[in-house]
Amino acid sequence: MTITLTIDDQEVEVKEDATILEAAKKVGIDIPTLCYHPDLTEFGSCRVCVVENEESGDLLASCVTPVSDGMEISTNSAKARTARRTNLELLLANHPNECLTCDQNGMCELQDAAYNLGVTEVSFSGETTDYEVDDVGPSLKREPSKCILCGRCVRVCEEVQGVSALEFTERGFDSVVTTAFDMPQSEINCANCGQCATVCPTGAITEKSCVSKVWGALENEDKHVIVQTAPSIQATVGEEFGMEEGSIVTEKLAAALDKLGFDKIFSTDFAADLTIMEEGNEFIKRFQGDKHLPHITSCCPGWVKFCEHNYPDLIENLSSAKSPMSMFSAIAKSYYVEEMDLDEDELYVVGVMPCTAKKFEMNRDELIETGSETDAVITTRELVRMIKEVGLDFANLEGREYDDMMGTSTGAANIFGTTGGVAEASLRTVKEKLTGESLGRLNLGFEGINEAEIEIGDETVNVAIANGLSNAAEILDEVREGNSKYDFIEVMACPYGCVGGGGQPVPATDERKQKRGEGLKNMDGAKTIRKSHENPEILKLYDEFLGEPLGGESHHLLHTRYKERERN
Amino acid sequence: MACQCGNEEQNREEFLAPLRELLEDYESKEKYLIPILQDAQEEYGYLPKDVLREISGFLNLSFSQVYGVATFYSQFHLEPRGENIIRVCMGTACHVRGGEKILEKIKDELGIEDGGTTDDLHFTLESVACIGACGLAPVIMVNDDTHGRLTPEQVPEIIEEYK
Repeated sequence: MTITLTIDDQEVEVKEDATILEAAKKVGIDIPTLCYHPDLTEFGSCRVCVVENEESGDLLASCVTPVSDGMEISTNSAKARTARRTNLELLLANHPNECLTCDQNGMCELQDAAYNLGVTEVSFSGETTDYEVDDVGPSLKREPSKCILCGRCVRVCEEVQGVSALEFTERGFDSVVTTAFDMPQSEINCANCGQCATVCPTGAITEKSCVSKVWGALENEDKHVIVQTAPSIQATVGEEFGMEEGSIVTEKLAAALDKLGFDKIFSTDFAADLTIMEEGNEFIKRFQGDKHLPHITSCCPGWVKFCEHNYPDLIENLSSAKSPMSMFSAIAKSYYVEEMDLDEDELYVVGVMPCTAKKFEMNRDELIETGSETDAVITTRELVRMIKEVGLDFANLEGREYDDMMGTSTGAANIFGTTGGVAEASLRTVKEKLTGESLGRLNLGFEGINEAEIEIGDETVNVAIANGLSNAAEILDEVREGNSKYDFIEVMACPYGCVGGGGQPVPATDERKQKRGEGLKNMDGAKTIRKSHENPEILKLYDEFLGEPLGGESHHLLHTRYKERERN
Repeated sequence: MACQCGNEEQNREEFLAPLRELLEDYESKEKYLIPILQDAQEEYGYLPKDVLREISGFLNLSFSQVYGVATFYSQFHLEPRGENIIRVCMGTACHVRGGEKILEKIKDELGIEDGGTTDDLHFTLESVACIGACGLAPVIMVNDDTHGRLTPEQVPEIIEEYK
């Protein structure tokens, strides 16, 4: 049923369960918000979205107030505007005034709100809170003093990820969003996915920056610094330079990295093809031997850590194949070093990742022990800062190709950057290897849990794709109880996959992630080579260096192990 | 030195045994969180970290969620408390009749601040808003006993009773 109300003298017809905020959006009125997030439950804590009910004079939080028939709302009355500004000033009265040096400077929703609402001074002063910064871990940095208690991080961690690493604690003026006993976020069951950082409207949660480490390597003449860019980066980095969401900027990205001074520009997509070769063969072995099924993907480090904490009994179902990033670094530190005649400690490998959890993966003991780790990981946001620091006009850069040897990729690798991509890419290779037939497009959606049945010869492979960790938990509970029909499960910790990763440009919304994902899917469609096992550089790598997939050298360099972690 | 892991594990099990026993009366449902916290505090005198962690596992809640609830309510304590709890009324009637002086005297006697616990875990001192015995002002409670119409001079004697 629909109802009619008036907002700023314009009649608007909306569904009866709409909020005033949604109704206003329909007639082009953008009410400022802070705690509201379109992809999370409503909360109504910040009161920055208040509007006036013209009949009663009441101020209503538009993000949580449902519309009613005949309602007359003013969003811009003096009373509403003053109240919004006052509410924001009250938040600012207990917010450090250090915008110029804040990590979030330039992309802060609180800063934008202050500008948009015309806050020129903060009329209130009083006690302020001062909490310790938590930057102990490799992935995330948390500064509770910058928190405005909007609860977005608490909601995303509970509703989307089912982890609840962060929670409101204490009460009243002492309220603070933190972990149990203020433990460092890196020491609890946090998956490091960084979804909290992508929804935080201030600089209270950001990635732990590696920018200065990377500059240091680039400035060190004794280092040969190579970079790999994850598949999703080419679909998101353009946004920060005024380009359309979902624009594919592969060649401009390579050009920008070249100008930053990297010695070689390579692509993690290349290594994604390598992952498919290993993981595809691993799946075939499991499927034919009916052993440790379902096979569960392991390229997402947030998911792997979640599994280690919460489903340690399913660790043996995880693919032992390293993630594309770690495969790349292992090959760089063996094959590439050999081909280029470099000393082992001369090479420095930087990953540009969509992901805060990759900073954790980089430091995993299993990788460091074998000397095959990535040396530094920066997120898309950190790369953007580096590009801006040197003043590159990214949108107008003349593109260049990625470098040979580890820079060629297929359509299969490109879709690794979005949900369903890993499964589709793997099964393309699996089906062709087993039957010689090509796999049709799976056309899986980006949200929730998706399923597919794939005919391979006389057998059916049941596939499930989980987006977000709470969806993954739903599927894994079935596996644990023995009620699962699936043979192959892909898990991406972040909804929409890496295009929605914790290191991607903010503010993040599903609408934006959808466009990025479609960009990658279109890229795959337009590629001449769309199957990993047809990547000429991969074929050459096996031929000259690795031997067979799952063979001795491949096993040594490209596979890893996992461990049970406490459920703190 | 020989590895103590075995002992540690055993100590932990012994420490948690009373909790495990009281959890037997509950189903693993979120709605029982507060009753469980109350029972656990009754048992241990406060809510130790390991106890909260165990409760979060039992209820399938995150550790942070359980901690969030435990820190929200002033009835829950995360630090060890004294065997005897002294509550000093700071309500209007007690204020007028010198409640503050009583509090000061107790602080001096025990050598702790408001909210503090003595090193021997014998006493915890708390000021409270009103205990509803205005006719006896100024008044304090030690555990469930009420002591009214007090003067600072009477304080040492009362404390002595509980030593």
